[in-house]
Amino acid sequence: MNLPQIVEYARSGITVGSIYAIVAIGFNIIYACTGIINFAQGEFLIVGAMTAISLSHVLPLPAAIAGAVLVTALLGGLLEIVFIRPVKNASVLRLIVVTIGLSIVIREAMLHLWGETVRSLPYFTGTAVSTVTILGAGVSLQVFWVLGVSAVIVAALTLFFRFTLTGRAMRACADDRMAARLCGINDRWMVTLSFMLSAGIGALAGCVISPVTQTQYDMGAPLAIKGFTVAIIGGLGNSMGAVAAGLFLGLLEAFVTSQSSAYKEAVSIVVLLLILVFRPSGLFTRSDVSALRTA
Amino acid sequence: MRTKALETLSLCLAGILLAGSGCKKTPTPAPQKKAEAPSGKAAPAPPVKSTAQGEPIKVGAIFAVTGGAANLGGPEAKTAEMFVEKLNGAGGINGRPIQLVIKDSATTPTQAVSLAKQLIEEDKVLAIIGPSTSGETMAIKNICQEGKTILLSCAAAETIVNPVASYVFKTPQKDSDAARRILQTMKDAGITKVGVVTSNDGFGIAGGDQLKALKDEYGITIAAIEAYDAKETDLTGVLTKVKGAEVQAVINWSVVPAQALIAKNMKQIGFNVPLFQSHGFGNIRYVQAGGEATNGTIFPCGRLLVADALPADNPQKKLLVDYKSSYETRYKEDASTFGGHAYDALLLLTEAIKKAGSTDTDKVRDALENLKGVVGTGGIFNLSAADHNGLDQNAFEILTVVDGKFAVYQKK
Amino acid sequence: MRLRIYYPVLATAVLIVLLHLALAYADATYYMTQITMSAYYALVVIGLCLLMGYAGQASLGHAGFFAIGGYTAAVLTTYNLRPYADAPFVSLCRALGLTMQWKDLYGTDILSFTPWAAFGSALLLTGLIALVIGASVIRLKGHYLAMATLGFGLIVYRIALGTPVLGRADGISNVPPFHLLGSLQVNGRAPFRIQNYYLAWVVVLIAMVLALNLVHSRVGRALRSIHENEEAAHSLGVNTYRYKLAVFVLSAIFAAMGGALLTHYSGSIGPAEATVMKSVRYVAIVAVGGMANLWGAMVMGILLNFLSLRGVFGSFDDTVFGAILIMMMIFAPQGLLRVPRLRALGSLVSRRSHA
Repeated sequence: MNLPQIVEYARSGITVGSIYAIVAIGFNIIYACTGIINFAQGEFLIVGAMTAISLSHVLPLPAAIAGAVLVTALLGGLLEIVFIRPVKNASVLRLIVVTIGLSIVIREAMLHLWGETVRSLPYFTGTAVSTVTILGAGVSLQVFWVLGVSAVIVAALTLFFRFTLTGRAMRACADDRMAARLCGINDRWMVTLSFMLSAGIGALAGCVISPVTQTQYDMGAPLAIKGFTVAIIGGLGNSMGAVAAGLFLGLLEAFVTSQSSAYKEAVSIVVLLLILVFRPSGLFTRSDVSALRTA
Repeated sequence: MRTKALETLSLCLAGILLAGSGCKKTPTPAPQKKAEAPSGKAAPAPPVKSTAQGEPIKVGAIFAVTGGAANLGGPEAKTAEMFVEKLNGAGGINGRPIQLVIKDSATTPTQAVSLAKQLIEEDKVLAIIGPSTSGETMAIKNICQEGKTILLSCAAAETIVNPVASYVFKTPQKDSDAARRILQTMKDAGITKVGVVTSNDGFGIAGGDQLKALKDEYGITIAAIEAYDAKETDLTGVLTKVKGAEVQAVINWSVVPAQALIAKNMKQIGFNVPLFQSHGFGNIRYVQAGGEATNGTIFPCGRLLVADALPADNPQKKLLVDYKSSYETRYKEDASTFGGHAYDALLLLTEAIKKAGSTDTDKVRDALENLKGVVGTGGIFNLSAADHNGLDQNAFEILTVVDGKFAVYQKK
Repeated sequence: MRLRIYYPVLATAVLIVLLHLALAYADATYYMTQITMSAYYALVVIGLCLLMGYAGQASLGHAGFFAIGGYTAAVLTTYNLRPYADAPFVSLCRALGLTMQWKDLYGTDILSFTPWAAFGSALLLTGLIALVIGASVIRLKGHYLAMATLGFGLIVYRIALGTPVLGRADGISNVPPFHLLGSLQVNGRAPFRIQNYYLAWVVVLIAMVLALNLVHSRVGRALRSIHENEEAAHSLGVNTYRYKLAVFVLSAIFAAMGGALLTHYSGSIGPAEATVMKSVRYVAIVAVGGMANLWGAMVMGILLNFLSLRGVFGSFDDTVFGAILIMMMIFAPQGLLRVPRLRALGSLVSRRSHA
């Protein structure tokens, strides 16, 4: 392998990795708040992108994306109110199974609503062929959008959870729901809010990656599985860990591809299994920290 | 024991409830998407509209309306529905309407097996159209052969008609012919070293095998061959590997949406060699999804996609323009070659029934084997006892993409 | 007292015969094809019910075990050993009677392993894989276990999709019938329909007897104690890990058995059998049958698969199972047949309360 090739694999890994990271962050928000792993997260991406594509026929692109984020966030909140909230005293596992069911139903609803057609949003800047050359390797402009949006989301979330009252209240719920309730925090709405937030972020992610990856009704689940793997590797609930793990998995896949592309998918799942068995707290989290969270 | 009785009763109740709820959900969601939701029961054209009065001829159809191959099964189901409605509206075959029973296989061979057995043993259909994929077709090939029911597959693999099973036919063009056309075009353009990428499904792998088998005849070497997953979202890794092999052109062979990524990703990594696609590229959506990057892609394809650009004396022109415009008016989406495969399957069947003058399975089968010069969407069919496909290299036209539209490729 | 748990088995056997008579009377014996296929799927559900309902361990990867069973049976009975006929290993297998010669429909001579050898290997292989996987993941709690089994299922799917000898996306077709004894065979062709209907039911009932036996034995009590309170059970000296592992392996073997038999029956298998959607479907069926209710799981396994295989749900097939899953988890997590009211009714009638 010569230098431009290495750069190209690295670039491919980083593009894919930042997509995975952005999905994983969606998982983390809900997990941090409720201990639930939301399997419908991948579907939020596709709903977001599909809505944006439909809206973009009548609205300018930024407005269409904003509309899609809003619609998907509302959908996320609605799903929580209708399907998660009524399940009282439920084990986390039961709620996870509910989200698996939701992901299936949303996916099939999209098939009947939007059909099986492959669609995609236009490139935000330039076109499919405009690239920037870095170290001899071409990089699409959209990749910078993906990276940039991931970075902005991580930064905004960190600020939100650290410095706003709502953000702190959500963290309080995550740590100890009963104690939070005693402090006067409306813990139910915090859970709803976490669903809205992660659905909205998912929709934004779906829109940003749509020009690169295209959008089809059944692409949510594979993305969700990758995002989930990344979330586990990075340590559930840890957004910075998710970014690091996303890039790690993306690069790993890219360099595995350079050797054998046939089992690329299996490799990432083997990593997941190994992590689950030997270090369920994730690679980037100190195990004592996550041991506190016994959800 | 009384508990048991109670349990049994409640089970029955639950079963009825569930069955009921399942059925209630079956009605179609939107009128224009009718074919997307074939219910469990027959969904033929309304008999009122039909002018054909005779006893209906039962024909089954198994398409992957949902699941991994929904992008094939969707247009096929819609086309089949449209074809039958039009045929029955025009008086059917010798005054007898066709009753089409469409079933969704969900791209699962086991489901296809179950549905094929139903169609053969219960509905006693004359013929089965479909399934959409090679895996499903191979799963029911023997069942149809033993059940003495004609199978007109819409899947591409050559193993479907080789070895020949006397009741099994297929309408899509042969992979080997597509490979030959691609390799010939390359040879003419002076290309000798190529990289091949395929999807890791039946279609892609069969295509890759054909290219490997035929390359020497055209003096072409394959420097790299890679497979990718149907749900892939980024293919730059695979392409970087191919680029590293310093090839003069790339051949991509797949029917999955990911193939539109190939063109984009090649441009993104500055991999500027000619891109050849297989006939699986035959859907304008892939050009739309791939955007500007797909300009200049060269691929062999049936003439459906360039129907309007064909000279007026082309024997296929009238049929293609008719099919394309009626499909596009009715379903508000672009026609694809997959729908064409279903069209051809029904066309061959109706021609054979007319020719046989009977709906006796064996007579229709014999008539099918002797059909000559039938003009379909995929080409001109000349079937025989040894060739249950009936298309040759001439079924393909070499096309290219100019400004986001398909056009006939002109040798430079 | 102990024999009472088997009364429903007898009752079911009678019902099966009555159903046959009814179908024959209605001239609708073709329904038996889908009943037989459903019965093999029900084997997976019975095993999964043991694991989820009694040992309290969720698995989202049982389609993987089903596929391992099915693919092993399919590969070993279709892979043509003719070119290697004189290799020492193949000669040994021939001498031991583990191989057979047959012709496919198109006259090709095939030398392959016998279905019995393939069936044995399928169960053995699945058992071993389940042991290795189980040994490492069974210690995981709740959702981590669910994820790990999901990951396992995905790997099986990927391997099926990526390995040439497994037919990749096309899967394997042309699988020969399974000659059990004399003229008794697992064969999907129409003349064997009634024979296979009974054969499948016999397999299901044997599985039920085994499962009931297990549930009502010392092991079953230990399992229930694990489910109710694992730490308490552990402190009372119940080796929870070993019991859970044993049930995990057993349920995997049930799934493999279903996979291998269904593959012989339908003559083919494809990667779609190993998808996550299939695994989720089995979980949904166990949930609707009543988590810890073997009879419920079995009946639902047959009923829902039967409807699905007949295409009753049309293109809403997956939606139906997704919706069932959501509804069950929200309204009746103990299963449809375990809604408290129903159970209260039941305990009025007799001694159900302990179950």
